[in-house]
Amino acid sequence: MSTPVLATRGLDKSFGSLVVARNIEIALPQGVRYALIGPNGAGKTTLINLMTGMLRPDAGQIMLGDADITALGPEERVRRGLVRTFQINSLFPHLNPLEAVTLVICERDKIARTFWRTTADYRAAIDEASSILNSLMLGPVCYRETRHLAYGQQRLLEIALALATKPKVLLLDEPAAGVPREESPELFTAINSLSQDITILFIEHDMELVFRLASRIIVMVGGAILLEGTPPEIAADPRVREVYLGGAQHG
Amino acid sequence: MTTATSTLTPHQYLEAQVRWRTIEIVFWLAALLPFVVTPSYLVLASQIAITALFALSLDLILGYAGIVSLGHAAFFGFGAYTAGIVSKWGWGEPLTGLLLAGIAAGLLGYLLSFVIARFRHLALIMITLGFGLLLLEAANSASWLTGGADGLQGVHMWPLLGYFQFDLWGITSYWYALIILFLFFLVSRRLINSPFGLALRGIRENAVRMRAIGAESRPHIRKIYTIAAFMAGVAGAILTQTTETVSLGVLDFQRSADILVILILGGTGRLYGGLIGAIIYLIARDQFSGINPQYWYFPIGVLLIVVVLFLPNGILGGLSEIVYSARGQRWLGWLTQPPRRGKRL
Repeated sequence: MSTPVLATRGLDKSFGSLVVARNIEIALPQGVRYALIGPNGAGKTTLINLMTGMLRPDAGQIMLGDADITALGPEERVRRGLVRTFQINSLFPHLNPLEAVTLVICERDKIARTFWRTTADYRAAIDEASSILNSLMLGPVCYRETRHLAYGQQRLLEIALALATKPKVLLLDEPAAGVPREESPELFTAINSLSQDITILFIEHDMELVFRLASRIIVMVGGAILLEGTPPEIAADPRVREVYLGGAQHG
Repeated sequence: MTTATSTLTPHQYLEAQVRWRTIEIVFWLAALLPFVVTPSYLVLASQIAITALFALSLDLILGYAGIVSLGHAAFFGFGAYTAGIVSKWGWGEPLTGLLLAGIAAGLLGYLLSFVIARFRHLALIMITLGFGLLLLEAANSASWLTGGADGLQGVHMWPLLGYFQFDLWGITSYWYALIILFLFFLVSRRLINSPFGLALRGIRENAVRMRAIGAESRPHIRKIYTIAAFMAGVAGAILTQTTETVSLGVLDFQRSADILVILILGGTGRLYGGLIGAIIYLIARDQFSGINPQYWYFPIGVLLIVVVLFLPNGILGGLSEIVYSARGQRWLGWLTQPPRRGKRL
């Protein structure tokens, strides 16, 4: 088997006496769609924060390909292809989607430091931005300020910004959180049609979305990984039913 | 606005952002009016142009990059003193003096930018405030160099380009200040429409997200802070050169506060906000102090409260809301479009 694109080794993190990550071992092969599920407080978002460098682990290693990225800052990890989206929208309210995605591309291509040429001169960057926006169905609203977009469109813009960095690994933190029912099929299509070159790990509470999108599922409980497997294996596992799906039986 | 722009391709849309609009051309032509309409007010007009340049420099850091400053007079004053001292030491050529003052202020800004880039919001207010006071005290105590509280004496400027003497009526002064202002406006306009300008707006809008897209904000902040300091220094230098004197007032906290008020009054993040603010503020001050020399700040205070209450985005923000409303576009839309070719103004 080839080297995993993203791997963690013995990752530990605690806040005081609260252990939020205990000996996390994950290995994501290229192009696989992983879902990360678990009850609230299981440490899913913490794990994403550890992997993207927003938090420093107390112990353990994070590997991107063959490189140890444990000591790198968040910006450097993004430049190497490890990119995330946010559970609560973190966008640029007064920029429109075209400007925001073009900004990401300019930063990626190191042209964001030029101030003697206009943005309009960088035709390739603009073409790329508008093709990303079109692929996520944001083309028609790309001149509207972000703060005026519908919530579902803002969720898509989160993904658009991440895609514009040309990620190798994409970590989606509850991409469908708060999206109204009628807008969620668009979101599903958008995520489902992302390039197969990109490895995706997503946190999601909507089980329907998880079982339709994920090729493998990781279950976390209390800061530790309970088990990992294909969707049918996870659905059939009695332990998962007990800690996670079990609520329905007792209820 | 959406109806007018939705048919454009992304390229056309971004190119349209850069194009000169009719209202801009009208504005700059109107800037020439004082020469013919109010020739006795040219001294005031050149004060306005200097203040407008100063406000423009603050707009670049505050309006575009979101860097708050309560000590921007530090660079204005540093430029003013540099220009004065250079002239006092025997070099009275205005343009090189201007350049030296800009470089001196820019260098100071560059050094301070390493501190500025690390902080935001309230901490920045304290740091810039402290730095401004520090420089004021330094200038006050170094009276052998600056003349201290008596002001710098012996500033004498040579004729501009060896020909145009700075006159008492302010004709040369206003030409000089207006042309320099326009040149820096062109630079600023280009800058904010560049990828760098886009990155600055990104920093203003969401600095945390900038990190998550792999962008480092600090080099951007250092760069724009240096450019803004350079411009503020040039503004200060024009004041020195056109009045042939420098007092401690150029470094005063009051000046930092005034320029912030002017920018907020006019509207931040719009380039023209500082210019409009400077025009309104200085004319209002001139008129009110003519009515009552002691209490002229009172109506200014009222004006400020009214603007902030009813026009939260400044006078220009309020105006653009009117112009970009459906009815406004029908009547005034031509102002916000580039002038059509073949159609005379």
